[in-house]
Amino acid sequence: MNIQIQDPAAERKTPVERQSIEAAVVRFAGDSGDGMQLTGSQFTLATAVAGNDLVTFPDFPAEIRAPVGTTFGVSTFQINFGSREIRTAGDRLDVLVAMNPAALITNLEDLRPDGLLIVDASAFQDRNLKKAGYETNPLEEDDLDRYRVLALDISKLTQATVKAVDGVQVTNKEILRTKNMWALGLVLWLFGRDVAPTRQWLGVKFAKLEDIATINIAALEAGFAFGETTELAHNVHAYEVPPAKLDAGEYRNVTGAEGICWGLATGAHLADLPMIYCSYPITPASNMLHILAGMTGGFGIETFQAEDEIAAVTAAIGASYGGALGVTGSSGPGIALKTEGIGLAVATELPIVIVNAQRGGPSTGLPTKTEQSDLYQAVFGRNADCPLVVLAARSPGDCFTMAVEAVRLATKYMTPVMLLSDGYIANSSEPWSIPEVAGMTPFTAQTNVVPDNFAPYMRDADTLARPWVAPGTPGGIHRIGGIERSETTGNVSYDPANHQTMTDLRARKIANIAHDVPEQDVTRGDGAGDLAIVGWGSTYGPIGRAVTNLRDEGHKLAHIHINNIWPLPRNLGALLANYAAVLVPEMNNGQLVTLLRAEYMIDARSLPKVSGKPFNVSEIEDAAREFLGETS
Amino acid sequence: MNVVPELKPDDYATDQEVRWCPGCGDYAILKAMRKVLSDVGADPEQTVFISGIGCAARFPYYMETYGFHTIHGRAAAIATGTKLANPDLDIWLVSGDGDSLSIGGNHLMHLLRRDIDLTYLLFNNEIYGLTKGQASPTSRPGTVTPSSPSGSYDRPAHAVAFALGSGAGFIARSYDVAQPHLVATMKRAREHRGTSFVEILQNCIVYNADIFADVTDKKVAGDAQIHLEHGAPLVFGKDGDKGLIFDVKTLSLKAVALGEGGVAEKDLLVHDETNAVLAGLLGAMDGHALPMALGVIYCAPERPAHRPAHPDRPRGDAMAALLDAHLRKGHTWHVA
Ligand code: SF4
Repeated sequence: MNIQIQDPAAERKTPVERQSIEAAVVRFAGDSGDGMQLTGSQFTLATAVAGNDLVTFPDFPAEIRAPVGTTFGVSTFQINFGSREIRTAGDRLDVLVAMNPAALITNLEDLRPDGLLIVDASAFQDRNLKKAGYETNPLEEDDLDRYRVLALDISKLTQATVKAVDGVQVTNKEILRTKNMWALGLVLWLFGRDVAPTRQWLGVKFAKLEDIATINIAALEAGFAFGETTELAHNVHAYEVPPAKLDAGEYRNVTGAEGICWGLATGAHLADLPMIYCSYPITPASNMLHILAGMTGGFGIETFQAEDEIAAVTAAIGASYGGALGVTGSSGPGIALKTEGIGLAVATELPIVIVNAQRGGPSTGLPTKTEQSDLYQAVFGRNADCPLVVLAARSPGDCFTMAVEAVRLATKYMTPVMLLSDGYIANSSEPWSIPEVAGMTPFTAQTNVVPDNFAPYMRDADTLARPWVAPGTPGGIHRIGGIERSETTGNVSYDPANHQTMTDLRARKIANIAHDVPEQDVTRGDGAGDLAIVGWGSTYGPIGRAVTNLRDEGHKLAHIHINNIWPLPRNLGALLANYAAVLVPEMNNGQLVTLLRAEYMIDARSLPKVSGKPFNVSEIEDAAREFLGETS
Repeated sequence: MNVVPELKPDDYATDQEVRWCPGCGDYAILKAMRKVLSDVGADPEQTVFISGIGCAARFPYYMETYGFHTIHGRAAAIATGTKLANPDLDIWLVSGDGDSLSIGGNHLMHLLRRDIDLTYLLFNNEIYGLTKGQASPTSRPGTVTPSSPSGSYDRPAHAVAFALGSGAGFIARSYDVAQPHLVATMKRAREHRGTSFVEILQNCIVYNADIFADVTDKKVAGDAQIHLEHGAPLVFGKDGDKGLIFDVKTLSLKAVALGEGGVAEKDLLVHDETNAVLAGLLGAMDGHALPMALGVIYCAPERPAHRPAHPDRPRGDAMAALLDAHLRKGHTWHVA
């Protein structure tokens, strides 16, 4: 086939008819410099405002400014939205916007047959084609026959638009940089979305650069108008995706990083503590440092950009010792550096929260790609017997809930709590029913109350927590340290029996927390059956969709999603025993599955994936079918 | 703050048995420390000793104040967190040469440049004591130890130069058995706002005995030491008959004998502790060609603090309202 570049002069003769669909997956792909992340997040905003449920997946290269036109410089933003509950960013694309040949070649395989491909034909020039690895121009070949292709000279269209705007002083380069807004305008039209939120956002973003704001808005509106007024190829439809039936309430979009930061702030408030967030820049955890540093409006939050990961965790320990809530955040390699410090917090029984936004590893690994391979590290990764609490968030909104819970457990039990998120959850967003902080039950922490007959390692009979007496407290003078200490008095002790007692106490204190966290529920399905698919963290979406699909087919399987990684929920072993088989999909080489096998001596099976990308629903469905007596 | 009853030095002692080797310089420093707190009337409940790992790091167990014996090299970072959490505390950081300049060098550097308001005592004995006598970052080249049987190869790190290079605002030096001098120096350090860095030469009697004897021994002290006093001429010598001048040709300090070649006291350099260039020159003197400088080597003029005090926060309902408003900032929408 020879693809005709759409002639902009072809005026629409018939009114737009919109085809109603339940859900759609759209991916914007372009150079790092093409503004795909902004385009995607603006489309997300418009989609959320239109009332759809949605899940996004931003994916960008580790290089800040990768060379133009290269395949490794391609940045993408994917969104799955619909009128039904959306649980994943989607396996197959319905619409792919490719701004250059590199974006096309790296993303085309995800486009479903008959999917809509929008390309900027002006970028399909020799140099770009060569850089992407094309010998010939794919727009002039038959390879794209199985898709519906809309090849537009977006450069020319954008230039024509902007040149028509009176009185702006801009360079051609600046004009071409608005191509993404033109493409966004067209996709907004395609799904019948409003350009107003983006127009407003552009006005604010470029408040000081009026001309730039003007040309971006012009490009956005021109893209939209192009859809509205031009007779597109006969096989390109406009769509309508009706609003989803979400629970009543006030909603916003939230990313995982925001969820965690706001949850920490809320947790500190409920504990009535000032918070000090100590961190060292690392992808993908830096966002949390930025968000908290920006919360200057009287929240009692102080941020401390430490000289390294070790200083970050130890400053957090020092802050907690001083009577504040010490928090540190990082990603796997940084957590590795913090290990010794975390051991000190365990030994001295000081409350800190450690957030790990996991990424691909080992070593530097895949800094901008997602993985959930730090479960071993979280549960076991310290010298000696060194138990702490490990929680995992399953979605951006859940990050808020789990961050509040992390603060509650840390301060109530005087223990470090590790909260696991990952690159996917941290960066992706979902509509979130905004909670009411005013209605939440406080869990006030005391840092300056000296109990009767005070000794630094005396313990609360129920929680086994020691008292938190910060320096400066009258009548509470004492000393603590990393050397093993005598039970109760806390004086240095090398006594063998005492070390056994203290090791047992540290383990028991954490194990007891299983009685203070919810029993494991069945996320989807019944409490018994042929197969339980057990997940944790960001596999929540794809497992949920796969289980729903298979249950619709009549299979007896359930989805069990674990937030409490350590200690594990007290009923989990009994619950899992009710299923004939247990399958554990994880974005690692099989870590939770090892824990389950060790703890419950069950024949849990692993479904590992470490490609740096989230699971596709079909991958989980296919694996599950084998256990359900089908071969795929 | 509480009204603190008058406390004697011994009132700052804990009931813990002190476990340094008999004859260790640490005993003298401990004694001086208790006297400092007694002299200034320090409130034990507002005083915190934070240490890393090493012989010196046992210090907090022996002070009847708050104390935190942490991990190797990290005391500076921990103390930073504690000070951020409670700026009212009087924090003393006790560390050795390995703790400060090897494993903890990075943290010390950043503590100094941040100028966190606490007093940092570096007990320099030029050896690893607790781990049984290996060469330390301040050991002189050729130091024979179990880890350097042919003599250590590396040039030593220099505490004062390191501190100066890291942007420290207060740098002083004293030594363990110089009791009145050590007490006075630590008091000055405590008064200073910002990180006050004090190098204390400390005799490790077991693994590096008398390493500083060529400076501290009474017989040589007069000529091997110069006691700095802000605004006073740089005079030294056991009879006060020597002084320092600045040699413009070599851009360096030079010792001269007073009266010789017509040199009078008015020709000598006058100590200006606010002069960082002079501090560098004085700090580098090692007691051999030139006398070792003791006392306040550098005290920066008032420097602006950029980090604001820990932000105030409303409590209870007011904070909940603030958070609720924050969660609703930006685009929100209602689902009926
Ligand atoms: S080993 Fe040296 S520094 Fe350590 S306690 Fe003994 S004498 Fe003092």
